[in-house]
Amino acid sequence: MSLSAPTCIGASVSRIDGPAKVTGAAKYAAEYVAPDLAHGYVVTSRIARGRIRRIDVSRARRVAGVIDVLTHDNRPQMAAQDDAYRDDVAPEGAPFRPLYNDRILFSGQPIAVVLAEDPEAARFAATLLGVDYDEEPHVTDFLGQRDAAVAAPKGAFGPPPARGSVETALEAAPVRHDADYYVPAETHNPMELYATTAIWDADGRLTVYDKTQGVQNAHTYLCGVFGLKPEDLRVMSPYMGGGFGSGLRPQYQVVLAVLAAKALRRPARVVLTRAQMFELGYRPAMIQRISLGADADGTLRAIAHDAVTMTSRYEDFYRQETGWSGLLYACANASYAHRLARLDLPTPCDMRAPSAATGVYALECAMDELAVALNMDPIALRLKNYSERDQHSGDPYSSKNLRACYEQGAEAFGWAGRAPEPRAMRDGDELIGWGMATGVWEALQMSIGVRIVLSANGHAEVSCATSDIGTGTYTIMAQVAADMLGLPLQDISIRLGDSTLPRSPVEGGSWIAASVANGIAATADAIRADVLRLAQGLPHAPLAGAGPDDVELAEGCVVSRADPSRRTPIADALRHARLERIEREHLTEFAAPKLAHNTHSAVFAEVRIDEDLGLIRVTRVVSAVAAGRILNAKTARSQIMGGVVWGVGMALHEETLIDPAFGRIMNANIADYHVPVNADIHDIEVIFVDEPDAEINHLGVKGLGEIGIVGVAAAIANAVYHATGTRVRDLPITLDKLRR
Amino acid sequence: MTQLQTTEVPAAKNPSLAPPDKLAVTLIVNGVEQTLRLAPWTTLLDALRDHLNLTGTKKGCDHGQCGACTVLVEGRRINSCLTFAVMQDGARITTIEGLARNGVLHPLQQAFTDHDAFQCGYCTPGQICSAAGLLAEGKPLTRDEIREAMSGNICRCGAYPNIVAAIEQAMGRT
Amino acid sequence: MINFDYVRATSAADAVSRIAAFPGAKFIAGGTNLVDLMKEDVERPPRLIDISRLPLNRVEDIQGGGLRIGALIANADLAGAPPVAQRYPLLGDALRAGASGQLRNMASVGGNLMQRTRCCYFYDLATPCNKRRPGDGCSARDGLNRAHAILGASVACVATHPSDMCVALAALDAIVHVRGPTEGRALALTDFHRLPGDTPDRDTNLEPDELITAVELPPKGFAEHYSYLKIRDRLSYAFALVSVAAALDLDGDRIREARIALGGVAHKPWRDARVEDAMRGEPANAATFGAAAQALLRDARALAHNAFKIDLAARTVVRALTQAARGTPQSQTDKRIG
Ligand SMILES: Cc1cc2nc3c(=O)[nH]c(=O)nc-3n(C[C@H](O)[C@H](O)[C@H](O)COP(=O)(O)OP(=O)(O)OC[C@H]3O[C@@H](n4cnc5c(N)ncnc54)[C@H](O)[C@@H]3O)c2cc1C
Ligand code: SF4
Ligand code: FES
Ligand code: FES
Repeated sequence: MSLSAPTCIGASVSRIDGPAKVTGAAKYAAEYVAPDLAHGYVVTSRIARGRIRRIDVSRARRVAGVIDVLTHDNRPQMAAQDDAYRDDVAPEGAPFRPLYNDRILFSGQPIAVVLAEDPEAARFAATLLGVDYDEEPHVTDFLGQRDAAVAAPKGAFGPPPARGSVETALEAAPVRHDADYYVPAETHNPMELYATTAIWDADGRLTVYDKTQGVQNAHTYLCGVFGLKPEDLRVMSPYMGGGFGSGLRPQYQVVLAVLAAKALRRPARVVLTRAQMFELGYRPAMIQRISLGADADGTLRAIAHDAVTMTSRYEDFYRQETGWSGLLYACANASYAHRLARLDLPTPCDMRAPSAATGVYALECAMDELAVALNMDPIALRLKNYSERDQHSGDPYSSKNLRACYEQGAEAFGWAGRAPEPRAMRDGDELIGWGMATGVWEALQMSIGVRIVLSANGHAEVSCATSDIGTGTYTIMAQVAADMLGLPLQDISIRLGDSTLPRSPVEGGSWIAASVANGIAATADAIRADVLRLAQGLPHAPLAGAGPDDVELAEGCVVSRADPSRRTPIADALRHARLERIEREHLTEFAAPKLAHNTHSAVFAEVRIDEDLGLIRVTRVVSAVAAGRILNAKTARSQIMGGVVWGVGMALHEETLIDPAFGRIMNANIADYHVPVNADIHDIEVIFVDEPDAEINHLGVKGLGEIGIVGVAAAIANAVYHATGTRVRDLPITLDKLRR
Repeated sequence: MTQLQTTEVPAAKNPSLAPPDKLAVTLIVNGVEQTLRLAPWTTLLDALRDHLNLTGTKKGCDHGQCGACTVLVEGRRINSCLTFAVMQDGARITTIEGLARNGVLHPLQQAFTDHDAFQCGYCTPGQICSAAGLLAEGKPLTRDEIREAMSGNICRCGAYPNIVAAIEQAMGRT
Repeated sequence: MINFDYVRATSAADAVSRIAAFPGAKFIAGGTNLVDLMKEDVERPPRLIDISRLPLNRVEDIQGGGLRIGALIANADLAGAPPVAQRYPLLGDALRAGASGQLRNMASVGGNLMQRTRCCYFYDLATPCNKRRPGDGCSARDGLNRAHAILGASVACVATHPSDMCVALAALDAIVHVRGPTEGRALALTDFHRLPGDTPDRDTNLEPDELITAVELPPKGFAEHYSYLKIRDRLSYAFALVSVAAALDLDGDRIREARIALGGVAHKPWRDARVEDAMRGEPANAATFGAAAQALLRDARALAHNAFKIDLAARTVVRALTQAARGTPQSQTDKRIG
């Protein structure tokens, strides 16, 4: 490694893709054009369960400009077996096959795509389809299905094994807290509409511009579904207007666009409407019961966490929602249960900090309630049960500086000035509440390929098939490469979002930053060794005898670490060998870490609530985060801030409303599905505490995409309690719930 | 049960399936006069994106609920998804592509970059055009007023505090 | 959206004669409600008559006081017009409480009066709705009705009128001027919108071939004691759960005249003359305001999910009256309720 004096890594560098984004030059999936482009408009089911008896397309076909209407009756060939539709992140079950047959699995399911010369004609014709259904009774009422829910299968995401004896410990505990917490279904709502543009090239190969968080996942999937040869398909997503998990799995518009391109032998584009996007997946609603038992001094004796979540009838989606409870705090006895309610809805999917946003919400509200019962400061209770080890495995952490998060967060927030009793702080008609919560997420890394092409003119191109969904990947890749290659940032160019580039996992789970940064470092090591070898080929080589670890790349030279005056310009080394460039592609694999590894945060929130009317304002949030080495202080802060904004939405606004009579989502638009607007967001302070980590990976990077949201809703809910004395356990906390 | 996908209202029991009559529409976009032949059902947003290939203006909802499609018409910010292009015949329209001058970013574009006022970038052209329209109204603005005035532009990435800071920078306050 | 044709009206008379000649045609002004509903296929006019360029966009003083507001002035321009700011600040505040900066630049006064309900079933063609097609049934009655009406609803329809502007206009006793193919007429704003009854498909008493030309405000603007207080689920860019336009004319601490209009609670802006009459001569204090709020909501009826609105509306009335009496109207930018 050559990281003696990083200049770019960690710095507050402005996004390198910023100019493209602020000028409108950055192109998203629906913005690629080709001559003769056909436009597809999707028609969706109005019933939640049953069969299509007949689709009458005759009137639609007569609309001027309509080219074709594809349905399950007349679509081109697609794979039949479920396996072909199982993508990298598919849960157990039989994946949804768009336009495959007459079966209706959920309301809003695509049943036809109208293809026309212009989008307006397609949209008009879509209203003229006549559809006969054989309707069957559906069930979408989650709360009503609580008792009918079945145990989640013991897959990779099943609850961890219990430890100790929870029942005995709960019985013996002098202080107990039991309560149900509810999080409704929520919808990602990235700002960009889901879209795919599929364009043929002269040789009959297809380039698919897709809104996806994983170009290679989509590539493999499409090859399977359509029996395409891998080399005949390229999936591109250089810019993505937000994903938040909704783009991890290939979404159905990509299938429809390729179907259309195949059926018409023309380029085709399919853009979904905002309403249609609500059927692509959602954070599953969740009922959780938490039972805590503690000694009078706050020592936790038992944690029991039971959850029921919703899923579709064709796939069992769940994550380790309950496991976070047993992980975070030292406690000898812990048990978990997870059941699934299978409903006539589309399968849920990962949504920002899946499982932790919801599971930790319940745990951290319960901890607050326990602190109240114990008459203890909420931070003191958490410190009392602070764990230096992963409570599941018993392993120590590669690094864990949550303590500093509590300290620095409390300090910045002014927590010491908090009056402990509820309703004790007010300003005129407003009650003021301060609440806090802990956040936790994983620090994962996945094997990743990186290619570096270093040119004699001092420019390097770094490429990887990963995506930048707003996370800042372009920029951190350039920063790491600049330091590793000893080049100025502007001499690095980044390529990503292209399935032909070196292998990358999907962009999710906060694993990309750590994976790609270390991948670049490792590839740069190989480049350095190459350069050194070439430099040593020069006559009177100043670096004769040096090994790769004795030198670094800096200032466009390969330089001896021991004696920086011994150096050879990279350009000289390459030119001497008559090379214009050297190229290295390297797959970096990460050994299973020996130590436990997580990111943590402490979140502090201030709410002001009009006592009479219940109007809630979140006026201050401090989020102190321990996440290893921060690669870019500016974009990292934005990531956390964005997570906090999501937490505000989760706490106060967001809820996907399903009418059980129709089995339809009734607020499938962003006027009725509320997300925070600018006026809802006030001061957010982000603190990154020092957390050196020499174990997790070479660079000590952990990732930031998810940790920002975890704990925020709990901190706000706890603040609402502190302000009002009313405990609202079902989200979102709308003003009517304070009045009950 | 047979269902038409659309419940028909009496006024248009049998809507015409014939091609819509196209009308000549002149738009002065970023200072350049453009004459297009458009059907009445083409919105200003779709005219910009599909007919002029000015895809910097974004579509986030198509229903006036997000602000991604914000452009300036005669200097005023509007949602281009809720107006038909024919209604804007003769109008001067400024889009995100028209803000930079001779390759120099508009102060708002620079400020958005400096303050990291975006992540995925999809709401960004709308935010910037909206802010440009707001600043053109010429009133001094407190931070609360900026927040309120910018509330018609949703940023799902949650860049709001940075957006406010960027607007303050562009207003000459840092 | 269906295939429609488009004509531009050259004058108010031209607009009216064109619409009379083409049943089913619709006027389009700002487009912010009509284009939205056309994209959802809720509205399917075969012809649009563009009135947006008609010169009905002036704000003029009326002799002897009062103000005449052209039907096509944009909501933002009306909110910022000096006579509104000085003499009818309640109206300016209500306008600023609605929609977003962009939408207010587009939306016209006439269109705002005519905007249709935001009931989610009305928007979803897969669900029955009497307002969309009479006789189909009302999905909201036994469905998701947290946002629906607590006053004046019928078995056929429990929708609310979503406007903020109209609530202030109702409080100000505004008059709507309309022009038909043969003659013009004037309607009190409080008679302009209808209760749903068994004809929920009709939102207003405007005839299909009539054009709104202006809104007239009587001289009395209550510029000293007023407040527009809007309660919603997020702090901006959201429709009201409940809103209150309160205006007081005070003689010392006695009430000479009171006006209270409620939004978000009924199929029309809600006023009750009996309640206002009873406040005459009473002290402007909590007891009077509380009694008025109770009286206003005496006949309120809850559906399964909106019971909270009754209490919320009562409290909002009291608060808005208190703000009005104090002379500290609710700020539309600082979201703290004063
Ligand atoms: C996302 C969103 C949020 C909103 N939030 C709010 C809010 O918080 N508060 C609020 O009050 N409003 C809100 N609105 C609604 C907005 O105020 C209305 O859409 C707007 O006022 C309609 O005016 P317009 O000129 O655009 O009408 P158009 O859409 O042009 O027309 C609407 C209807 O009025 C008819 N019409 C228009 N002018 C006349 C006339 N002169 N004579 C006869 N008929 C006429 C048209 O034929 C049409 O049927 C919101 C809208 C959106 C899209
Ligand atoms: S409340 Fe009125 S608008 Fe809503 S579904 Fe019922 S009839 Fe339709
Ligand atoms: S696309 Fe116009 S407001 Fe969302
Ligand atoms: S930057 Fe992604 S929505 Fe604003």
